[in-house]
Amino acid sequence: MNYKSSYFILTCLGFGFAFLYIPILSMVVFSFNASKLVTVWDAAHSPTLKWYYSLLNNEEILDAAWISLKVAVINASGSVILGTLAGFGLARFSQFRGRFTLNAMTTAPLVMPEVITGLSLLLLFVALEQLIGWPAGRGITTMTIGHMTFSMAYVTVIVNSRLATFDTALEEAAMDLGARPLKVFFVITLPIIFPAILSGWLLAFTLSWDDLVISSFTSGPGSSTLPMVVFSKVRLGVSPEINVLATITITVVTLMIVGVSLWMSRMAKLDKAAV
Amino acid sequence: MNTAGYMRRFGVTGRGLVVVLPYLWLLLFFVVPFVIVLKISFSDIDLAIPPYKPLLEWVGKNSLAIKLDFNNYAFLFTDRLYINAFLNSIKVAFISTVLCILIGYPMAYGIARAKPATRNLLLLLVILPFWTSLLLRVYAWIGLLKANGVINNVLIWLGVIQDPLTMLYTPFAMYIGIVYSYLPFFILPLYANLEKMDWQLLEAAEDLGCKPWQAFYKITLPLSRNGMLAGSMLVFIPAVGEFVIPALLGGPNALMIGRVLWDEFFSNRAWPVASAVAILLLILLVPFMMWYQSVQARESAGAR
Amino acid sequence: MTTSGGALVKAAPWNDPNARPYVQVDRITKSFGEFKAVDDVSLKIYKGEIFCLLGASGCGKTTLLRMLGGFETPSSGKIFIDGEDMTGVPPYERPVNMMFQSYALFPHMNVEQNVAFGLKQDGVAKSEIQDRVATMLGLVKLGDFAKRKPHQLSGGQRQRVALARSLVKRPKLLLLDEPLGALDKKLREHTQFELISLQDKLGVTFVVVTHDQEEAMTLASRIGVMNQGEIVQAGTPSEIYEFPSSKFVADFVGSVNMFEGKLIEDEPEYVRIGSDELGATIYVSHGISAPPEATVWAAVRPEKIFMSTAAPEGTDNVVRGAVQDIAYLGDLSIYLVKLPTGKVVRVTQPNTSRHAEAITWDQQVYLSWDATSPVVVTR
Ligand SMILES: Nc1ncnc2c1ncn2[C@@H]1O[C@H](COP(=O)(O)OP(=O)(O)OP(=O)(O)O)[C@@H](O)[C@H]1O
Ligand SMILES: [Mg+2]
Repeated sequence: MNYKSSYFILTCLGFGFAFLYIPILSMVVFSFNASKLVTVWDAAHSPTLKWYYSLLNNEEILDAAWISLKVAVINASGSVILGTLAGFGLARFSQFRGRFTLNAMTTAPLVMPEVITGLSLLLLFVALEQLIGWPAGRGITTMTIGHMTFSMAYVTVIVNSRLATFDTALEEAAMDLGARPLKVFFVITLPIIFPAILSGWLLAFTLSWDDLVISSFTSGPGSSTLPMVVFSKVRLGVSPEINVLATITITVVTLMIVGVSLWMSRMAKLDKAAV
Repeated sequence: MNTAGYMRRFGVTGRGLVVVLPYLWLLLFFVVPFVIVLKISFSDIDLAIPPYKPLLEWVGKNSLAIKLDFNNYAFLFTDRLYINAFLNSIKVAFISTVLCILIGYPMAYGIARAKPATRNLLLLLVILPFWTSLLLRVYAWIGLLKANGVINNVLIWLGVIQDPLTMLYTPFAMYIGIVYSYLPFFILPLYANLEKMDWQLLEAAEDLGCKPWQAFYKITLPLSRNGMLAGSMLVFIPAVGEFVIPALLGGPNALMIGRVLWDEFFSNRAWPVASAVAILLLILLVPFMMWYQSVQARESAGAR
Repeated sequence: MTTSGGALVKAAPWNDPNARPYVQVDRITKSFGEFKAVDDVSLKIYKGEIFCLLGASGCGKTTLLRMLGGFETPSSGKIFIDGEDMTGVPPYERPVNMMFQSYALFPHMNVEQNVAFGLKQDGVAKSEIQDRVATMLGLVKLGDFAKRKPHQLSGGQRQRVALARSLVKRPKLLLLDEPLGALDKKLREHTQFELISLQDKLGVTFVVVTHDQEEAMTLASRIGVMNQGEIVQAGTPSEIYEFPSSKFVADFVGSVNMFEGKLIEDEPEYVRIGSDELGATIYVSHGISAPPEATVWAAVRPEKIFMSTAAPEGTDNVVRGAVQDIAYLGDLSIYLVKLPTGKVVRVTQPNTSRHAEAITWDQQVYLSWDATSPVVVTR
């Protein structure tokens, strides 16, 4: 880039990234702070890992994390299946009845305020329970259904846009060589768009793992997720354990994102070279 | 296209099978719920479980009566609280969107014009917070903005101020929280748009006598319009209904409609009122969602 | 001129009304909305042929090929391959393979896996797959590259993988869409001959799409010239070149000087054409079928025109003009000669001797040609 006349842009980038990262860094730093006052650095006893131990012994948080993990994994897997089907349909079938509706239904959840989605899902579950007795009460199942409904929209977008740049001649060549459409999908299409599907899975996992609002509406007694527990704690004020939780989350996410994007940029290079 | 053409002939059933599952899923869990919300927004509050009266009631032996109760809506329009909350939410979302544009545009532009290697790193840095829990990132601002928080401590230590500033639980904190959380949502679509830009256009414009800022104003800005619109919608629409950020940073009297809905539902157990709020909010937002969808359609049509 | 299937050309099954065509295209039309990409095309292609579809960009070559492959459904008409009606037969059940213009090599499979793909779909035994893939790779000289991924190959190598992949199934008919389009000129010429010898060895029938007329000339047993969705002429390369049936074909295949005129003498053994454009009469030593007084065009190839500084004998087929431009191409030179009527005639002369009597700019020259040279077309 021509940075000659763009000190303005550089400054903006600098401030922008500082704005994005200072809060994150402050959580990391204060997770090692000994003081219970969180933001007052206790130089005498810090850095310390004591809040890490205390977090790892916090039954409530661990239980909630376990529930969150279960919901997130089921959600991600289900969303990937539904989202891939929808994305494939939208990208490959130029005309079918209900295409417009499907397109709208997969775009709307991306921007729908969560309070609306959450409320409406809960009311549906209550009505269904009255009507057919299912789902009996609310908990992991209802939460997972709720999460899948908006996660699959994200997967759909990812898969759809990946397929938009997919050379259909590859599929035709496979068919020409004798593979039936279903086989073509599994042997040719799926392996090639796998990176997109993987990022869809990870995104769906993260969306679910982080979700507070829809979980709050659709969960039942005894099925509090991690964000719900964190929310109730944070409402009462800051807590050093949350800093620890944040630090762990950030570390895991960073490693994952960096790893995946390195791997994908290699895949993309292969991809580009092959076309 | 041609695979599709071929499939049209032989795979009618297979084609149906592909889309029928996600289609039904979204119909049942995304569309039908709104019908139920609509229905409940017309029922009376009841001290029961669930806390509303059925809409259809058997009157006498075999006549079914539909009772539409507009009281919930009337109530929303008579109590200033709700109207204020609506107006305030729109105001907050709008200002936040403008702030995101002001901060995010130069960033997206800078990233798009960086060298490829730098570009990927910067992009990664924008995406990273997006993958970390929103709740935790909002929480971080509590630690920064508190009376004895990091910012006040630093300012006092530097001697800029004597007494801590009140920042947490103010509109200021809420704006910071919203802009902070939604900034990546604005930058990413705009970046995706700017990345496809042919920068030689700017050189051509300058060659034809435009000053750099004129070239930006006349070429870059109009060409990036769709990316900017898409990003703005991704900020504005969810921000109108935002709950977490006002609840954590905004203080007790930060009137946001998402929060009102939450309180009606969880604290007051007034499900019909909450439903009416949801319906009104939806009516308010649907035009923006349709706009967003058409912008997206245009953007992807242009991409091919 | 034709190198392929010498025996076939001698047998010329297309001239035999009783010969059974291997591929029969029967009045095929393909419309995209209002637009007819392929318009009422009928064709017969015989076993062992290399049939080239030649035409300008957008004339419907790919669309016709894709209908043979089963990727596109004809709007009307039928295709028979080996006597079987192909209507409704999906690509994976046709005895046909296609080599794609973009090669469409599967990026996640290596060369060997790419080539083996089609055999695997047919459930061929593992050991046989191995043998056939190895043989095929040997044939296209890629034996050492079996474990490479497509992105590790050069353009020419990729082209050969694509060819091997489509041939390994021993299709009865191979469709090739601009098979050499992505190669540079040298490699392309080299590969053309490889294609021919491979086709000869395997006895497969080829249908090749190309927009390069030289390529069509080199490869084809017969050429089908397409224009706006129609086949305007089908014939051997020399038929197409020497006896074009229309102005379009004459102009499209090779370069040609076209003189518009009217029949002034119409005899069974000869005709004479008066052309105002030329400013002379054209004498043609064979009869044609056209109504008297009809407007006709006489097409004369640039290499069939003699150029001299001295006046040749006779008055037919002779004009005088001034050299307007000369382009030196190495093996030959092109002269543009301007006639008094304003018409510019293109003449090519081989550069046989290094110190030939040089004709230069603005020089007055005589142009003449044999009475057998002009081809007269009526449309
Ligand atoms: N799927 C389609 N929908 C609409 N029009 C099409 C479609 N496919 C091809 N056409 C049109 O049909 C015409 C013929 O296309 P085709 O691809 O057969 O041309 P071609 O002779 O192969 O050209 P080229 O040499 O450029 O490859 C073109 O005008 C093209 O625009
Ligand atoms: Mg073509």
